[in-house]
Amino acid sequence: MSSEWPLWEIFIRGQHGLNHRHVGSLHAPDAEMAIRNARDVYTRRNEGVSIWVVRSNDITASSPSEKGPLYDPSNSKVYRHPTFYDIPDEVGHM
Amino acid sequence: MYAQLVKSEGSKTREEMTPEEIAFQDRIDRNEKIEPKEWMPEGYRKTLIRQIGQHAHSEIVGQLPEGNWITRAPTLERKAILLAKVQDEAGHGLYLYCAAETLGVSRDELLEALHSGKMKYSSIFNYPTLTWADMGAVGWLVDGAAIMNQVPLQRTSYGPYSRAMIRICKEESFHQRQGYDIMMKMCAGTPEQKAMAQDALNRFWYPALMMFGPSDKDSVHSAQSMAWKIKMNTNDELRQKFVDQTVPQAEYLGLTVPDPDLKWNEEKGGYDFSEPDWSEFFAVIAGNGPCNAERLGARVKAWEDGAWFRDGLMAHAAKASERARAARHAAE
Repeated sequence: MSSEWPLWEIFIRGQHGLNHRHVGSLHAPDAEMAIRNARDVYTRRNEGVSIWVVRSNDITASSPSEKGPLYDPSNSKVYRHPTFYDIPDEVGHM
Repeated sequence: MYAQLVKSEGSKTREEMTPEEIAFQDRIDRNEKIEPKEWMPEGYRKTLIRQIGQHAHSEIVGQLPEGNWITRAPTLERKAILLAKVQDEAGHGLYLYCAAETLGVSRDELLEALHSGKMKYSSIFNYPTLTWADMGAVGWLVDGAAIMNQVPLQRTSYGPYSRAMIRICKEESFHQRQGYDIMMKMCAGTPEQKAMAQDALNRFWYPALMMFGPSDKDSVHSAQSMAWKIKMNTNDELRQKFVDQTVPQAEYLGLTVPDPDLKWNEEKGGYDFSEPDWSEFFAVIAGNGPCNAERLGARVKAWEDGAWFRDGLMAHAAKASERARAARHAAE
């Protein structure tokens, strides 16, 4: 069995001014080929103006089981939202 | 759709489920998407690998009957369109393989299962494409049937599969329209051209109906897959929808659907139609269709003939990265 090409995650900036966004993955022998393949696989209809490729193995992801400990602390901090504060109508838009 | 007869694992009553399985089913019932690293029942994972894998294989093998006509397209424009369509099918296969790989199966394992005949692809691609009109019939009927199945699958419970389906559906409508465009052209042409279009419809009608899989009364795997929302409609529901949509389109072309029993049923608000020959369907699935050996042979040959090239690029990448490492080392 020959060695399988590594997996790359593909991020595409759809338009100028937007963030790169994850669109999927593909296999390629190296970064240069990953970009070429991404051009063919993910931008056949002008979907992008810029491509990032990252080896899937190089991505560290938060684990689904940590959801609680990671995000719960922000639940109690309602004062981080503008709606926490009552501003009288007379003050006008703020 | 391209996924027929996908064997479903599991099927437990709520009483038999573990607390984890109950929580999982509740998430699906709330229409939450399941994402790759989250807990899922082993049966859900296995059934999805089978279904997405079969779907991906169908996209890839589906390039072959149309690729057959690229060099013989009647005009340069038709050739460019057909090339773009076949390239899209390759892209669709790749989106789906990616989705399957997030479930812990490797690309090589999937291809190996296709090449050894362990995994299937849609029965439709085991029929020959004999004339240019077949390019019209394939786009119109085969892609039309595929869209019927893929549109609801955009809401499937597994996140990566759903996202792949959304991308695919965006692109698929061009495929059906280009097929119908070919049919319109031929039906407005000479009597010989129109006869070719009729002949293509005659040959592809029943194989297209088979694409939705066996009749609901013989479809044993539906219930669990529907509970998991990896199958959104029953085979017969989709087949009925397809017939209702397609018959008026055939009438517009002035073509006759090859079914003497086809009749509008006012009461059910749909057509009554003849079922395809299911013994033919099962024979094709089992590997005995007109082109099974040719299709699989072409896939295996492409994979084997390309091995030196894939290995060569890997060797080049390894050397280049070794050289870069050595250069960095020397600079330090």
